Amino acid sequence: MSSELILMMIKGIGETLYMTLGSALFAYLLGLPLGVILIITDKDGICPHSKINSILGAIVNIVRSFPFIILLIAIIPFTRLIVGTSIGSTATMVPLIISAAPFIARLVESSLKEVDKGVIEAAQSMGASTMQIICKVLLPEAKPSLILGSAIATTTILGYTAMAGFTGGGGLGDIAIRYGFHKYQNDVMIITVILLVIIVQFLQEFGNRYAAHCDKRK
Amino acid sequence: MSVGPIIEIKSLQKTFPGQTGKITALQDINLQIMEKDIFGIIGASGAGKSTLVRCINFLERPSAGTVFFNGHDLSMLSDKELRKARQSMGMIFQQFNLLLQRTALANICFPMEIAGYSKAEAKERAKELLELVHLADKANAYPSQLSGGQKQRIAIARALATNPKVLLCDEATSALDPNSTASILALLKDINEKLGITIIIITHEMSVIEQICNRVAIIDQSQIAECGEMAQIFANPKTQAAQKLVFPEKSVSAQFQNKAHSIRIVFNGNSSFEPVIANMVLTCKAPVNIIYADTKNIDGKAFGQIVIQLPEDKTSAERMIHYLKARDLAIEEVGEIL
Ligand SMILES: Nc1ncnc2c1ncn2[C@@H]1O[C@H](COP(=O)(O)OP(=O)(O)OP(=O)(O)O)[C@@H](O)[C@H]1O
Ligand SMILES: [Mg+2]
Repeated sequence: MSSELILMMIKGIGETLYMTLGSALFAYLLGLPLGVILIITDKDGICPHSKINSILGAIVNIVRSFPFIILLIAIIPFTRLIVGTSIGSTATMVPLIISAAPFIARLVESSLKEVDKGVIEAAQSMGASTMQIICKVLLPEAKPSLILGSAIATTTILGYTAMAGFTGGGGLGDIAIRYGFHKYQNDVMIITVILLVIIVQFLQEFGNRYAAHCDKRK
Repeated sequence: MSVGPIIEIKSLQKTFPGQTGKITALQDINLQIMEKDIFGIIGASGAGKSTLVRCINFLERPSAGTVFFNGHDLSMLSDKELRKARQSMGMIFQQFNLLLQRTALANICFPMEIAGYSKAEAKERAKELLELVHLADKANAYPSQLSGGQKQRIAIARALATNPKVLLCDEATSALDPNSTASILALLKDINEKLGITIIIITHEMSVIEQICNRVAIIDQSQIAECGEMAQIFANPKTQAAQKLVFPEKSVSAQFQNKAHSIRIVFNGNSSFEPVIANMVLTCKAPVNIIYADTKNIDGKAFGQIVIQLPEDKTSAERMIHYLKARDLAIEEVGEIL
């Protein structure tokens, strides 16, 4: 393998990780509060509010039903507004964040749903406010499940970065498509795919272990 | 002793919306719970016990009627004031409801964090409370590493953390074996005596009430069937609901109705635990048949009941009744004497 190729791979790994982790971080900044609001405003939640719940639920469902590639193109003007350009790794992160946030909101919602209602009731009986229940009961009690969810979210985002080629975002997925699919260089494609598999494995395994480490229920 | 009751419930009603119209869970409930009472609320499953106790700290808002806590009408309080009031009412549950990702110590700190204690202050008090519930060595254990009885002790310590005036217990011993149940009840009694905390105990088991309550309300089909001193209700249950609870195996009275010369002796903690029947037989020099017996020794006092068949001989029978009455035991005839 030529040193040129190796350099390209290293750059690809860097771009992939940058886009994946960067997008995951920002998507969580949106998705986590969204998931919390969805769970507390549910009719069995600690702060039921059917209007807010159904509006947010509808928005989440609509955004989630958009095919990523269409979203990516449709929001190009918005991307330009935010990062000043519509091409490159950073620009690719905008559609990644927007499409991942509602998915993360649902993941967070389902993690928080696992928290025992009795424990929440106990906190209420001690005079805990809604904010205290969120910060001291819901999130800490659901921590292992939230971590597992974030491993799923991150690896899913990683899969979507393969489409970054369309916006010149680069990354391993882009290399695989350009070299393998368009130029029939199977060896390059196989190497990039193996690298992607390794990264996904690593992220997932790290998530599993960290979640197990945090979980005091066993 | 303060003048008024610490908790007063007036014409309380609670309905839930159901598929086929409203479900009435509580109807016209009136109760007064005095300071330092250990007040039992007993009833069959679905009678409305949990709903009632949840109305006391407004986890459930009554549909009608009022709940006064320390003279304050809870429905008049703002959300913030209500949360403050709840800090004066500890609560423990059948399923313990501990935070599973926190250690025992951190669980006890939890209500103090909510109430705004400093970290150091909370930790110090939590350690004292661990001593109180005899689990000082379990400070760093997680709930998953504790037995049911130990979990309930931690839950009790947690409920006491913010110095509540009242402790609400919803089926606190129903998930425990008889030994753990006895030790939890002893702990509650201890807390009541040492700290002067009013305790409200919800249960479906008469034995729990017998062991520690001084007053009891029997709740049957959403209503209070009978309410009063525990000893009185135990000795002389008036309503059918009460009789059913006092005699778990159907009605003992009904069962032995046709057995002549049968009497029921009730031990309600007024007499010390001694072999009363054996002594009576020795003193009166006549044999008796023990038909039913269920007694317990609690703190050296006798609780429970025994049904015996007196001898045919009238003088012996009378001497026996005299003997029992002299020992301050409540006696009820279940089959006619003579
Ligand atoms: N949130 C609710 N929604 C609708 N119905 C309810 C609700 N909570 C309680 N009920 C109904 O109210 C009645 C009383 O319930 P409650 O839980 O108070 O009974 P309980 O005496 O505590 O019974 P158990 O001994 O089984 O715990 C039941 O018929 C129950 O179905
Ligand atoms: Mg109940």
